[in-house]
Amino acid sequence: MTDTDDLRHQLLSAVEAAATLDAIETIRIEALGKQGRVTQLLKTMGAMSPEERQVQGPAIHGLREAVTNAIAARKAALEADALAAKLASERIDLTLPVDAVPAGTVHPVSQVMDELAEIFADLGFAVATGPEIETDWHNFTALNIPDTHPARAMHDTFYLQQGLDAKAAGTADEKTTFSLLRTHTSPVQIRTMLGQKPPIRIIAPGRTYRSDSDATHTPMFHQVEGLVIDKGITLGHLKWTLETFLKAFFERDDIVLRLRPSYFPFTEPSAEIDVGFTWTKGKRVIGGSGDAQGGGWLEVLGSGMVHPKVIAACGLDPAEWQGFAFGCGIDRLAMLKYGMDDLRAFFDGDIRWLKHYGFAALDVPTLSGGVGAAA
Amino acid sequence: MKFTLSWLKDHLDTDASLDAIVEALTRIGLEVEGVTDPGAAVKPFRVARVLSAERHPQADKLQVLQVDAGDGPLQVVCGAPNARAGLVGVFGAPGDYVPGLDVTLKVAAIRGVESNGMMCSARELQVGEGHDGIIELPDDAPVGTSYADYAGLNDAVIDVSITPNRQDCMGVRGIARDLAAAGLGSLKPIGTSLHLDDVSPVEGSGEAPAIRTETPGCPAFYAQAVTGVANGEAPEWMQRRLRAVGQKPITTLVDITNYVMLDLGRPLHVYDRAKVAGALVARAAQDGEQVTALNGKTYALSAGMTVIADDHGADDIAGIMGGERTGVSADTTDVLIECAYFDPDRTALTGQALALTSDARQRFERGVDPAFLDEGLAIATRMVLALCGGTPSAIARAGEPPVAKRVIRFDPKLTERLGGLHVAPERQARILLSLGFTLGAIDHADAYSDALMATIESDWPVSVPTWRRDIDGPADLVEEVIRIEGIDKVASTPLPRLPGVAKPTATPEQACERRVRRAAAARGLDEAVTWSFVSEGEAAPFGGGAWTLANPISEELKVMRPSLLPGLLSATRRNLARGAGSVRLFEIGRRYLADGERATLALVMAGDKRARGWREGKGVGFDAYDAKAQALALLAAAGAPVDNLQVFGEAGDAWHPGQSGTLRLGPKTVLAAFGIVHPSVLKAFDIDGAVAAVELYLDAIPPKRTQGFARVAYAPPALQAVRRDFAFSVPAELAADALVRAVKGADKGAIVTARVFDVFRKDGETSMAVEVTLQPQEKSFTDAELKAVADKVVAAAAKLGATLRG
Repeated sequence: MTDTDDLRHQLLSAVEAAATLDAIETIRIEALGKQGRVTQLLKTMGAMSPEERQVQGPAIHGLREAVTNAIAARKAALEADALAAKLASERIDLTLPVDAVPAGTVHPVSQVMDELAEIFADLGFAVATGPEIETDWHNFTALNIPDTHPARAMHDTFYLQQGLDAKAAGTADEKTTFSLLRTHTSPVQIRTMLGQKPPIRIIAPGRTYRSDSDATHTPMFHQVEGLVIDKGITLGHLKWTLETFLKAFFERDDIVLRLRPSYFPFTEPSAEIDVGFTWTKGKRVIGGSGDAQGGGWLEVLGSGMVHPKVIAACGLDPAEWQGFAFGCGIDRLAMLKYGMDDLRAFFDGDIRWLKHYGFAALDVPTLSGGVGAAA
Repeated sequence: MKFTLSWLKDHLDTDASLDAIVEALTRIGLEVEGVTDPGAAVKPFRVARVLSAERHPQADKLQVLQVDAGDGPLQVVCGAPNARAGLVGVFGAPGDYVPGLDVTLKVAAIRGVESNGMMCSARELQVGEGHDGIIELPDDAPVGTSYADYAGLNDAVIDVSITPNRQDCMGVRGIARDLAAAGLGSLKPIGTSLHLDDVSPVEGSGEAPAIRTETPGCPAFYAQAVTGVANGEAPEWMQRRLRAVGQKPITTLVDITNYVMLDLGRPLHVYDRAKVAGALVARAAQDGEQVTALNGKTYALSAGMTVIADDHGADDIAGIMGGERTGVSADTTDVLIECAYFDPDRTALTGQALALTSDARQRFERGVDPAFLDEGLAIATRMVLALCGGTPSAIARAGEPPVAKRVIRFDPKLTERLGGLHVAPERQARILLSLGFTLGAIDHADAYSDALMATIESDWPVSVPTWRRDIDGPADLVEEVIRIEGIDKVASTPLPRLPGVAKPTATPEQACERRVRRAAAARGLDEAVTWSFVSEGEAAPFGGGAWTLANPISEELKVMRPSLLPGLLSATRRNLARGAGSVRLFEIGRRYLADGERATLALVMAGDKRARGWREGKGVGFDAYDAKAQALALLAAAGAPVDNLQVFGEAGDAWHPGQSGTLRLGPKTVLAAFGIVHPSVLKAFDIDGAVAAVELYLDAIPPKRTQGFARVAYAPPALQAVRRDFAFSVPAELAADALVRAVKGADKGAIVTARVFDVFRKDGETSMAVEVTLQPQEKSFTDAELKAVADKVVAAAAKLGATLRG
């Protein structure tokens, strides 16, 4: 064994044994410092003969490299240990609660209105709006419901004092005096036909009012109106449109409609639309034929071909233009789809109910992502 | 409208089952709301004879009966006073359920004597009111048979909802006519249901009653008197049917009018002639004239209403309700039967004005058959004669009923064009004929022949039956054809796609509402929907309600809201009362101002902004800055130019005067009010603690003027921005916003943003620190340039009284 080998062994053992960064530094200075033993050895090379240097050189350089590497490795290991120890001392209890960013919600009525807009956009229907404080003419007369019509009794209308005052003063004009709260969204049909040329395809969702208050009726509720005015539109188009809409809304292909002849002053022929359901765990689940075992029919829509008198009242020629209209309760649609059973809760603002039945901000109904928000 | 199956079958000759009839009714537009079988509950009970009745050995008021219910004597203990040997009654055996007592019978010992069932009273079986004793049936009632069968209780009651256009179906006969048209049998002649063989007018001998009509409210008034009547109880068959459909039998005369009305849709009235003074006159009411109606209530009438009056004055509210003064009683001997035609519109308006509804009004206001006055009167007179006896007078007829022949030109192709259903012309003709329409020469249903049909021009002249006031155009005829043919046969036809590419179907305002709604939800707010109406008191601090309901449901819901905040504050109170720790609600809807309805978003935040926590310590409430942050974020979502907004005061009376403001675009356009709600308002709403709130006036946000999709060209600057901080000592009243604007304006070329990052107040001195960001363009700022900008900043601030702190 040469001196070099001996020295290598000594130094590497010392490095291996060093327990602190300070100890390593001491060894480094001892070995590789200006007066260090390896440094001294390197200095001896200058006095060597070329032959001797040829033999000793690689051994001494090898020694220096081995010691340098060993020191670096040991140092890194000690630093890693130190960091690990430091980090270990920084352990925190991650089971503690964090500050939640409060999540808000979108009301089911708004969500369903967005769904309707999306479904009907695909069929080319624009969204129309109209005033909730309406005139007698737009809410009733233009819709073929004259003063004496028994159908007015079906509408428990809220009248406005300002309208009555105008009537008393003899200044009331049926067409311009805002005298009542609209009892349905149908006056938007009138305003649309007056305001734009056919072809027309619109839906009109919004608030409606009737003087009615019990377990299943609220004095304010939401309806959506639909109107198509074009050439050659028939009851068959109405049926297809409502089928398509209800299938898209409930995201079921097995929706079965039943049309029942009915009466609305502003449509002729008129039909009520029932949709088949089955009782499942005490709840109505829409889908299937209502005539099936354990099934039933639920009235969801009123509809019909727009009455020629209504078309004429809006300044259009009923011989040229015809179409259909329908109306439907939005609150009820929401209840059927999302399973609420108390209408009054819709308007209470109870945050517990809103958080349960409301929708996340990003649950935006889209055709590609689905118009319904999964439970 | 309720009727029984047997009643229907008096008009309709049919083999159809109850189920088939019910299904057909709904299919043709007479929606069945319910079917009940009153006999079902008493099915097991049998007719039984009491063979003997002995006193109970242990009880004075009880008897021990031997009863034969068809299979030999049974011992029954009975407490009824009328129980006696020979009585035929109704027996319930052990195991039978007694609906009126809600018990199931069993063999029991009553005071030591075994009883094997029960003899029942009418009330116990819920077939009538009688409870003084057990039911007594005629002696010939067949012992051992089903009581329900015997009493005719196995007669299903069908309840149909009649739409307002179908007055003709407010009588059983009209319903039968529709069913016959739908192929469920054939219509029988009138009479079976009335137990009359002959319904032709009865020309009596006595002098016709004195009547007149003086008003267009009563175009026709027919009457006939009958003297020497006996007004007792109506026959059992009539009482049973009336009861089955929910009418209480009263006396024969009254029951006859009700029965004929339900049977034929023809309201009638009967006067006690002894109580009528002079002639009966249909005339216009005088303003303020008073009438006490049969319901015992007094009504003040107004001109335009129609009354029937005698020499004592007004008595009847025509077409709605008879008068108490001249009504018939059990003692009535001479009667005057009225069969009139009252104007539908006037009847409707009178009924609306008096808020008085009646079966007669429902029929008259929808328009009864004007061609059925003679028959109606004849039927009434004949029934009075048959059931009460007496001698008829001659018939008096005043006025003319408006029986105009109405012809509609109808092209049968319209059925397919409008209804989307092809129905062969012959089938269409037959449907219309079966409903009572006539086609030119084909003047009744049985007259149809192809030869006659060939004589009719392509635009069919269709005559409308007198009982179908609702039919006034070809579209109505399409409806008739389709509802009878079957509206379910209409095939779905896809709506053609509109040409061109899809465009937004929402208006910019609607799109804005949707965005701002989702933004609010994303910012932690729950969307509420509250009533559009509030109380006057709640509206007052928000400017008061411009619109007042004339007929509110309650004082709480009386005026249209001038702001969305009252509704949200009420919801907040309810939530806090339920123990909610933090309430963050918003609503998007309209506020109702005198000059229109405005799209609005409002939000309220109450309770904890941050609940107490292990990190932050005590909980923190909401303040006006939280409201401002929400307002700015939501305005940005709504597309408002938030960088140009300025904070002003004057949010209004509902707000904390020192901690509220408005956000304006220029001095006039107010986009939002925000801050802390005034404590006195909160007190009125019964809310403890502070509420931060915002009201955003979506209608005031100016529409974006951009066109197309391309953005304004932009490349991020190559050079890094430079930040400089300035600490100013400022006058106490100086608004931070004013300082920032001044600083920002000091060098518009270099300064891109300025913001206050520190404020402190000490010893009456206010200090604000502003961070200014400078953006070099082509080349970096030199030290001299930076100094020049800094000097400008200091100079601009100085104009506001701010001095740079050393």
